[in-house]
Amino acid sequence: MNEFNEHAIHQVSRREALKGLGISAVQALVGSRIAKANDKVQLPFENGVRDLVQYPQKRPLIRLTSRPPQLETPFSVFNADVITPNDAFFVRYHLSDIPLEIDPAGYRLKISGKVNQSLDLSLSSLQSGFESVEVVAVNQCSGNSRGFFNPRVPGGQLGNGAMGNARWKGVRLKDLLEKAGVAAGARQVLFDGLDRPVTAGTPDYIKAISIDHALDGEVIVAYQMNGVELPMLNGYPLRLVVPGYYGTYWVKHLSEITVVDEAYTGFWVGTAYRIPDTVGACVEPGSAAKTTVPISRFNVRSFITSLKDGDVLRAGSEERLKGIAFDGGAGIREVLVSSDGGRNWMAATLGADLGRYSFREWHLPLSFGRRGSWELLVKATNRLGESQPMEALWNPSGYMRNVVERTRVEVVA
Amino acid sequence: MSSSGLGWKWWLEGQKQIMKTKKVPISITLALVYLLNDSVIAEPVRIVLPAETASFRVGPGAEMAMAQCLQCHSAEYITTQPPLGRDAWMASIQKMRAKYGASISPEAESALLEYLVGNYGAPPKPLTTK
Repeated sequence: MNEFNEHAIHQVSRREALKGLGISAVQALVGSRIAKANDKVQLPFENGVRDLVQYPQKRPLIRLTSRPPQLETPFSVFNADVITPNDAFFVRYHLSDIPLEIDPAGYRLKISGKVNQSLDLSLSSLQSGFESVEVVAVNQCSGNSRGFFNPRVPGGQLGNGAMGNARWKGVRLKDLLEKAGVAAGARQVLFDGLDRPVTAGTPDYIKAISIDHALDGEVIVAYQMNGVELPMLNGYPLRLVVPGYYGTYWVKHLSEITVVDEAYTGFWVGTAYRIPDTVGACVEPGSAAKTTVPISRFNVRSFITSLKDGDVLRAGSEERLKGIAFDGGAGIREVLVSSDGGRNWMAATLGADLGRYSFREWHLPLSFGRRGSWELLVKATNRLGESQPMEALWNPSGYMRNVVERTRVEVVA
Repeated sequence: MSSSGLGWKWWLEGQKQIMKTKKVPISITLALVYLLNDSVIAEPVRIVLPAETASFRVGPGAEMAMAQCLQCHSAEYITTQPPLGRDAWMASIQKMRAKYGASISPEAESALLEYLVGNYGAPPKPLTTK
């Protein structure tokens, strides 16, 4: 898995240092800090060389694309803390006309459609007029780990770094909708942000969830991420947070919420971000899906973070193996580790429970006695009994990879 | 923005300057800025993105590919793909036209396909025997 070279990831940025003191983005930034010469990383698949580039409010991240920006988190970040720092959090846009300047004083969130009374909220009225809530939740791109698909599929060729875990603070979508008053017959709620297409024929990025989901009290309109305003590239000043659901629903720069009485069929729901309507959302590798449904909740995943593929250890050394696990919201019940390629499994100790939508840290002491090659596997199970497949499942879009990860290390004298 | 808001920000800037020049301990400065910041809507946020550096492989059709593809997105959308077969590149071109509204003429389409297959394509599959 995460065997790429991370030679350029070391410094804590000034912003990160200030963040601990409660300083927001606004004082600490802003502007382009062009990385020196671009450092490179090699993601462990064909054509996986990427630049490490520093974007505004970010430390150097693995650049997938520059217009629009798509940045991946170096995997070592996930070992440093169960919360992903804002300046290391992955970035994913779809459309190239993205907001580069936002005046919070003039920002508005509109709520309209099948409601009794449309709302036009300023940021301050949003923050003062509704109860604030917090949730620690993983955001993961649907196509996280797409580069590992075999056979390979077109799309963003990501390693495992298009995910992150943050403490989101905001207001409940439910409270906003109840303030507006949901009218009879409402079926779905649509979300649009300030990002726009650059060609007339490109569909605007609009996402939909069911009215029941929108009113369940868990979906929030977040104005803070890890205690400060969101970085611009993560959706400043408002972002939809849909705990347990793939990042495609987490609309950035959220500006319009529309209640509708029909099922939305626009491109980003009706055509894109759809998965095979099969158990495991998979089809025979290389084949097409007969019927599809919109992607929804995360499946179960787990990773070793303290060792990476290709690491060399001393024979007889004691390692505190460490990693993370997460799922779509049932919560992680068990993490098992195998050091013999999957024949025998050991139960890891779970770390602090930050909520069922968060990364769950785990650790396991392990002695590396025998010299030679070791293959370490990690497999999590959630509270519904759902786990991870030993062989990778496949679908044409390269979504939802969750195979049991394997980390190979060498033990030497 | 209201004039009182402007005045307030102006005052805040002034306080920051005073704190700088009087060498108020940094912790006090930060605490004050934090308290003030938490209670007001802040300044506009602006970012400047790093330069777009990726480019297409030089060769016949490269300029045409740039003219078509780079209207909407940077070159990495193509250059980071795994080697894709002719069918996959054709499907990609058709998707750009049908789903994303790219205006690609039939002549441009065949030249574009040849460029993509020639520069970012998978080698032809060997004949398999069973």
